[in-house]
Amino acid sequence: MKKISRRNFLLASGVVTIGAALTACGGSSSTSTAASSTASSAAASEAPAAGGKTLNIWCWNDEFQSRFNDYYPEVAEIAADKSTTTLKDGTIVKWTINPNDNNNYQNKLDEGLLNQESAADDDKIDIFLVEADYALKYVDSDYTLDVKADIGLTDADLAQQYQYTKDIVSVDGSQRGTTWQATPGLFAYRRSIAKDVLGTDDPTEVQSYLSDWDKFNDVAAQAYAKGYKMLSGFDDSFRTFSNNIAAPWVDGTTINVDENMMKWVDQTKEYTDKGYNNKSSLWDSQWAADQGPTGKVFGFFYSTWGINFTLLGNSLATPVADGEKPQVGNGIYGDYAVCEGPQPYYWGGTWICGAAGSDNIDLIRDVMQKLTCDEAIMKQITLDTEDYTNNEKAMEEIASSDYKSDFLGGQNHIALFAEAAKKIDMSNAGPYDQGITESFQAAFKDYFTGNVDEDTAKENFKTSVQEKYPELTDVVWPA
Amino acid sequence: MAHAPKTRSEKAVLSARRAWCYLVLVLISFLCLFFFYILIVNSTRTHFEIQKGFSLLPGKSMLTNFKNVLADANIPVGSGIRNSLIVSACSAALSVYFSALTAYGIYAYNFRFKKAAFAIILLIMTMPTQVSALGFLQLITKMGLKNSFIPLIVPSIAAPTVFFFMKQYLDASLPMEIVEAARIDGAGEFYTFNHIVLPIMKPALAVQAIFSFVASWNNYFIPALVLDSADKKTLPILIAQLRSADFLKFDMGKVYMMVAIAILPVIVVYLLLSKFIVRGIALGGVKG
Amino acid sequence: MREKTKKKGSISYAKWGYIFIAPFFIIFAVFQLIPLISTIYYSFFEYYRSGLKVIGPNFAGLKNYITLFSTDLPKYFSNTLILWIIGFIPQIAISLLLAAWFTDLRLKLKGQTFFKTVIYMPNLIMASAFAMLFFALFSDNGPVNAVLMSMGWTTEPISFLNTVWGNRALVGLMNFLMWFGNTTIMLMAAIMGVDPTLYEAAELDGCTPNQMFWKITIPLIRPILVYVMITSMIGGLQMFDVPQILTNGKGGPDRTSTTMIMYLNNHLFSKNYGMAGAVSVVLFLVCAVLCVVVYFSLTKEDDGLTKAQHNELKAAKKVAAKAAKGGK
Repeated sequence: MKKISRRNFLLASGVVTIGAALTACGGSSSTSTAASSTASSAAASEAPAAGGKTLNIWCWNDEFQSRFNDYYPEVAEIAADKSTTTLKDGTIVKWTINPNDNNNYQNKLDEGLLNQESAADDDKIDIFLVEADYALKYVDSDYTLDVKADIGLTDADLAQQYQYTKDIVSVDGSQRGTTWQATPGLFAYRRSIAKDVLGTDDPTEVQSYLSDWDKFNDVAAQAYAKGYKMLSGFDDSFRTFSNNIAAPWVDGTTINVDENMMKWVDQTKEYTDKGYNNKSSLWDSQWAADQGPTGKVFGFFYSTWGINFTLLGNSLATPVADGEKPQVGNGIYGDYAVCEGPQPYYWGGTWICGAAGSDNIDLIRDVMQKLTCDEAIMKQITLDTEDYTNNEKAMEEIASSDYKSDFLGGQNHIALFAEAAKKIDMSNAGPYDQGITESFQAAFKDYFTGNVDEDTAKENFKTSVQEKYPELTDVVWPA
Repeated sequence: MAHAPKTRSEKAVLSARRAWCYLVLVLISFLCLFFFYILIVNSTRTHFEIQKGFSLLPGKSMLTNFKNVLADANIPVGSGIRNSLIVSACSAALSVYFSALTAYGIYAYNFRFKKAAFAIILLIMTMPTQVSALGFLQLITKMGLKNSFIPLIVPSIAAPTVFFFMKQYLDASLPMEIVEAARIDGAGEFYTFNHIVLPIMKPALAVQAIFSFVASWNNYFIPALVLDSADKKTLPILIAQLRSADFLKFDMGKVYMMVAIAILPVIVVYLLLSKFIVRGIALGGVKG
Repeated sequence: MREKTKKKGSISYAKWGYIFIAPFFIIFAVFQLIPLISTIYYSFFEYYRSGLKVIGPNFAGLKNYITLFSTDLPKYFSNTLILWIIGFIPQIAISLLLAAWFTDLRLKLKGQTFFKTVIYMPNLIMASAFAMLFFALFSDNGPVNAVLMSMGWTTEPISFLNTVWGNRALVGLMNFLMWFGNTTIMLMAAIMGVDPTLYEAAELDGCTPNQMFWKITIPLIRPILVYVMITSMIGGLQMFDVPQILTNGKGGPDRTSTTMIMYLNNHLFSKNYGMAGAVSVVLFLVCAVLCVVVYFSLTKEDDGLTKAQHNELKAAKKVAAKAAKGGK
């Protein structure tokens, strides 16, 4: 037994070494981070306990990880497989990444937080990330530290952050999270298709064609007549409706389905039946393909992070990982532009929370300060990545400058975001939003595709939500 | 043994039947192999090539895809393979050794509850482990074994199907004289088992070791509930993660490569040992 | 034939019997029996997690069972059965056919080793990876649709994964592919256990291959057919990996591919221990019945089978006698 497992281990580490070697030889230029630390890869991926402290960060994708690795000034070294980051003082940052879907991340995080007390110091969660859809669940618990009272950020540190980004993670005046981004949503459209359908690709003029839902529907019909789809899938416009509901989803143990949600259902059913969309679902491969060179879709509702994180990636013919640069000529880079669209909305947003029980409070404070409060770093992130960061002053500066996004064909989208960011209202967000949103989209997808009628979809929604949240007993539908 | 067909027409009928059989067999083989062929082809093509359409010819990006999979910290394949190997190898070893031990215990000794013990094992043989998953999870959480390999490895000591196979094999191929002769020579019972019985059981051990290994290698339900941290996850969990974590689907080439990495090692080992394995299923295998 | 010594093992060795089987039973008790009992226990409680707070356990009597039977259970039970049948019928049919051909001495098929190797291969594949592969291949913009469209067989992509029967058919196809090779080899072993003189006699009497198959092979391998069916049914009840990964845990359009174990998994996942317990108990009861059937098929019919395998002489005599009767 011992022999066997040891041999396996050697074999496995052999694989890692080969992989690292491949990275070193094959990396033409792009993957500098991976190639730079080949030598240390074996050591780094082994035992993080080897000396110094360990900072455990829990999240659901590599977005924050790449921000951290690229912009946190203390970063010294990144493991080849990115599972750990070593800081200059020898602290090892250990990344625990669990996918978000189907409440998976929340369930794993719950488990981790509930075991926080009994966990060894180096296994305790120090920082965890939360999304707008369930931020309240954690903010409204004893597992999350107050960023001012417990962690030590000052009002001056937080002064330039958008107010809504502070409100959503505050309970009774105690703020328990902070973010580096603001996430106003826009409508990103294909310039070439807009020209073909509307005769113009100018953002202001296109916006005038799309400024309310009736106009939007008209354009959808015109696009259809020319062989295009207005939207890619069922859920594309979901956020524009779900952000404009009149009250939170859940009141006590009752789910109140807002009238606006049924408007989304009706519109999407119409689009599906008339062929205005491509019957994809959010994040599926069809949806991703529709955003790329082979796509024939007019546009996508996207918020800030979606444009630099998702849309840009999908628009390329050769991914960055394959050594190609994101630039005009690679796929449809440069063919997108953004406008406000029919309704203001936001989508997503990631907050950094300090976990109660952490033994690295000073480090948490420094991470929060550098990555969410530091004006220079915030500005640099936006200039480098086109992400929209949470610093009003820096953003206004860029908005009024001659900044241009190459990806968006020379548009200064930061100016549009700066306008939209002021309109964000997150007062109707609640702790159950992620599970409810996923169940709602999944249940009504069957209605859109014609597998069930509307009433069955409603029933399935109820069943599915109750599997996730047994305490929610009733669903009330709008009359 | 069979009579040779006598007339020409009989011969013609026979060869027509034979042709039909081959046709069906080829079709079925095609069905079995076709999907793997696409898998291999697509794992050598870039994301964009895959999106543009299907091709029967492999692309040139195998190394790139392989490199990209290994470099992706969200799906730590390296540690996934290592974890899967550790868990599967240990489970296979434990399950084979202890099943042989149990089978020998029931085969070679007479004791009061022997019949009852055998009956119980047969009764629980086909009981799915999922029915007690809830209690199992709570138990290991209380024991502090969550996110560890122990709850995935140790329970394989009680593997009724492996036991049954071993028992069948012993019934057929271990004469008690050998055991008695060993006793006369003064061998202890464990010595007899380890040094005389086990070597005789080698073929059965090997076949069952392979099957236990594969079963554990492919297991998803329990590991997914037990393992949490990225450096502990086994391959099937990573595959499931690939399905649900949509941000990983930027690159379908990578997705195919990842599936290939999960599937192909088993296939290669299988092809190397196939004669042995296929015979093995038939060997004790009426009750597989 | 190996002469089997009477196992007269003297009394003094009895304790070794207990020692040798002890690890098995200890591990079984700790990791299966105790969990099973606590599972049954919790099925009578209201016990779940709401956010980061734990609700219960509060004794709730049969409430979980009532909820279960009045709402979802029948649906998921029939889903599971349907998915199993879709895979099992082609599986048993093709396996019988192939087993008959492979063992047909007159056909003398060449390349048997190759074909057997190929058809058994899918059995070794990680079900989750296989499902992931099918998901990629059969998605709306996947290779299968690309082929169909380039052949001109369809103009719009066929939405396999978004239709009830498309989805079920894919699950069935995967289960079929994964298991028919295994079944074929098991049936072959059973058929080879049938005495060849029987077929010779039948042939002399002018039986066609078809008649021989239905009149001799099928009746003689019936016990093993029963065994294959019951074990496959138990396997079917455990169906999880394939539909779970294929539908990303959502259980397909209108929850029509949600199986019992997927339903159990949903509750386990959201830490609703009461309901998860109730689902487990129902599964346990169904499986227990099937296990008893398997038990009897093994102990009662087992003699016949082992004879067929290892005791050819005796079996042949019996069979020849039967053949003499039946042939005329």
